[in-house]
Amino acid sequence: MQEKDIANTAGGGCSQGSCGSNAEQMSHLPDAVREKVFNHPCYSEEAHHHYARMHVAVAPACNIQCHYCNRKYDCANESRPGVVSELLTPEQAEKKVLAVAANIPQMTVLGVAGPGDPLANPERTLATFRGLAEKAPDIKLCLSTNGLALPDHVDEIAALNVDHVTITINCVDPEVGAKIYPWIFWNNRRVRGVKAAQILIERQQKGLEMLVERGVLVKVNSVMIPGVNDEHLKEVSRIVKAKGAFLHNVMPLIAEPEHGTFYGVMGQRSPSQAELQALQDECAGDMNMMRHCRQCRADAVGLLGEDRGDEFTLDKIDQMEIDYAAAMAKRKAVHQAIEADRDAQRAAKARAAAGETLVPITALKRSAPKPAVAEQTRPVLMAVATAGQGVVNQHFGHAKEFLVYEASPAGVRFIGVRKADNYCEGGDTCGDGETKWDDILKALAGCEVMLCSRIGIGPWETLEQHGIRPDNEHAMEPIEDAVAAVYREMQQRGKLDDPAHSMPVSA
Amino acid sequence: MALEIIETCVNCWACEPLCPSSAIYEARPHFRIDAAKCTECDGDYAEAQCAGICPIEGAILDAKGLAVNPPGSLTGIPPERMQAVMAEIRAR
Ligand code: SF4
Ligand code: SF4
Repeated sequence: MQEKDIANTAGGGCSQGSCGSNAEQMSHLPDAVREKVFNHPCYSEEAHHHYARMHVAVAPACNIQCHYCNRKYDCANESRPGVVSELLTPEQAEKKVLAVAANIPQMTVLGVAGPGDPLANPERTLATFRGLAEKAPDIKLCLSTNGLALPDHVDEIAALNVDHVTITINCVDPEVGAKIYPWIFWNNRRVRGVKAAQILIERQQKGLEMLVERGVLVKVNSVMIPGVNDEHLKEVSRIVKAKGAFLHNVMPLIAEPEHGTFYGVMGQRSPSQAELQALQDECAGDMNMMRHCRQCRADAVGLLGEDRGDEFTLDKIDQMEIDYAAAMAKRKAVHQAIEADRDAQRAAKARAAAGETLVPITALKRSAPKPAVAEQTRPVLMAVATAGQGVVNQHFGHAKEFLVYEASPAGVRFIGVRKADNYCEGGDTCGDGETKWDDILKALAGCEVMLCSRIGIGPWETLEQHGIRPDNEHAMEPIEDAVAAVYREMQQRGKLDDPAHSMPVSA
Repeated sequence: MALEIIETCVNCWACEPLCPSSAIYEARPHFRIDAAKCTECDGDYAEAQCAGICPIEGAILDAKGLAVNPPGSLTGIPPERMQAVMAEIRAR
């Protein structure tokens, strides 16, 4: 889900052509589209440092079954409907959104993504949108769907000014689809196998075309399932792009036996970070890839990667008095301040790129003269602990995820988000202590440096033992500048002449 | 003749709007079917609508008390495999 003044930022957030949505990638989009996405935290790698989104769980029912989903549990991508997630009526959802918007002015986007399929619950989803379109016109609306019911609702979606729709498309070949979807509910019957996949694929493609025709922005999500659709996703990427999807987001399968999903129980493996990255690179082309996606829960609230849902439970909202007119004025002021801040960050970058300041690596960017030594040095992956605003500002011990960047003589590019809490909130099947370290080390696979604001002595030593150098000397600095500075230090100290000494990217 | 929803129901709401006889209602701890109203969809659809969309194996029983969607029929996971994996997880 994704920048204003995109066209005039020299190089944008990333200096290479394949990251989330940088200047070059957004430049092929018409102005109207760019205007829509510039402050959308899910669609813009840079905006997600500044703006927040929320989801409301109003849509419990689903009309298909996916092999990576277990409708019984609250884990990974889904929530147990009506049990763990607080299932809301459209009226309750409206009140919650207004309460969050009044208290977290950075919240610009409301999504309906489940816990089932929003369009398998069209009345609940559309009633929520209708109420908010009227009462809170400054909030963008978006929804995620499996696409089966999409063509039936496109006109109302367009009329409600829902400017972003995400369709999860895992295949365009029914034979592949039959290995992902055991059944769909269609025309009052449960339909199985290749036939089911064929219907689903036709409906997804039709929905995509209809939305694009009506000027509604479409993002496509795909789950990468090794050995099932990994190769096939390259074709999916080509097709959805040709049809006008503006962004394609490849996410890793999350499958553990304890999730009770078909893939988890049957031993289907998840992709490694390296495999995911390779496929994302391959699918990217000149298409936007969304590497900062966190696969949020259906009822998540907050900046990407954080969840403040507990502050807005129904009983707490009941106590709140919301003056939305006043809130809207405050929100406008906050958004203007954020934009001024972003403009300043961009201007600083542009100056740096022009060689006016000493921001490192930028001196190595293609427009600037490149020191001869820099030509040969190898790229380095670095992990960053951040709580937002685009700066290195998180304590290592508080990091539930890391942003991974690649620094090379060509510059700094955003690679992706890696979760370190292994998708679980707790419970007997979820680990702590050692397993937690396992998750962290897995998340940091391939990284040679980990930048954070602070870190304890114990964790420092553990990281060093695993070949990852902790760095807290760039606290509060803009992420890309910090990464570039560390890379230049490594160059100067001759660390880049040796091959990487970090543990290899796990297979 | 009527179908019955039992405690494994996860309250997902999928069945309720589909019932041609308005026999399904929200209840605690789980959804219920009013046996007096349920027609087993006879005359309306070839397939019982609630059991046709329900994602949870075993949550809906037929008039004989048998699961309309027995273990493995919806997820595709062979029941033996599910049991073996669950036993393994418990043994950890
Ligand atoms: S079998 Fe048909 S009539 Fe009976 S509860 Fe289910 S949907 Fe309603
Ligand atoms: S579809 Fe099944 S799980 Fe969902 S509410 Fe109906 S009986 Fe319960």
